[in-house]
Amino acid sequence: MNSVTTWTVLIATSGLCFAIKMVGHSVPERWLAHPRLQRINALVPIALLSALIVAQGLVVHTRVVIDHRLAGLAVALAALFARAPFPVVVVAAAVTSAIVYHLH
Amino acid sequence: MPKVSKNTVRDSLSVSLTVGAYGVAFGAASVAAGFSVLQSCLFSLLTFTGASQFAAVGVVGSGGAAISAVAAATMLGTRNALYAMQMAPLLRVRGLRRVAAAHLTIDESTGVALSQAPRGTAAMRAGFWLTGSGVYLFWNVFTLLGAVGAKALGNPASWGLDAAVPAAFLGLVWPRLETTFLRVVAASSMVFALVITPWLPAGLPIIASALVAVAFGWRPR
Repeated sequence: MNSVTTWTVLIATSGLCFAIKMVGHSVPERWLAHPRLQRINALVPIALLSALIVAQGLVVHTRVVIDHRLAGLAVALAALFARAPFPVVVVAAAVTSAIVYHLH
Repeated sequence: MPKVSKNTVRDSLSVSLTVGAYGVAFGAASVAAGFSVLQSCLFSLLTFTGASQFAAVGVVGSGGAAISAVAAATMLGTRNALYAMQMAPLLRVRGLRRVAAAHLTIDESTGVALSQAPRGTAAMRAGFWLTGSGVYLFWNVFTLLGAVGAKALGNPASWGLDAAVPAAFLGLVWPRLETTFLRVVAASSMVFALVITPWLPAGLPIIASALVAVAFGWRPR
């Protein structure tokens, strides 16, 4: 990781995310009101966040790898089923993963 | 601002604190992905839209190219344009106030504003501004705490931070999975991302998963 990459990502992401918000505040409502666009847009967060779970929990670069992270994710899933609040879910996953990492 | 009902203030503050606390997870994830404490804080100050921030550092952390990180973050940010279009006619602001309104347009400020509809337009406006600025304050304070904390901890795997990040994504997507259809979309996206992972450069499977959203959203259900 070099600092050119991290600064580029930071500046471009901030600029584009602000521009998106500003566009929404400035264009006539009907421009983005197409039903298909709205349906797809509503599903984008679910699709991307789901892919991110897999990419962060089961992948190392371009390989699918099963390791301590999966144990953490399984506990997070169990915590969510038990209606645990967000911080509990994250901490439970971290603790489980760290334990499995050190046992290994 | 005219007199604001206690209920509106209470709703805004409770959302601000709860959501702002997620900033700890972002600060930690950002440092674990290789960003500095300063960069992590600038992310929350300047980008200020949680899912996009998590995606940007997540893609970089998994070895993806800068362009993949920015594309994933931008796609996650598009929903803010739709929120902004709903908020603009309500707020009716110009100039610098419009810039501020745009920056504070996120899931939570829009959500609280819309939830205040039974209390009238003034309450909706107050809900937007109070929640937007409240989340902004707490999100940034907690980002700093998370980033400094993660920096002090060192090796992310040793403290389980590498599992905390996907667990945070799971926690973010979980409340959205209200119907069987949405759960099918999520499961399909996971399977799709796993299957294409060996064939694409790191980070691209995340962006490619937007195709799952296109496929499921193309026709009305």
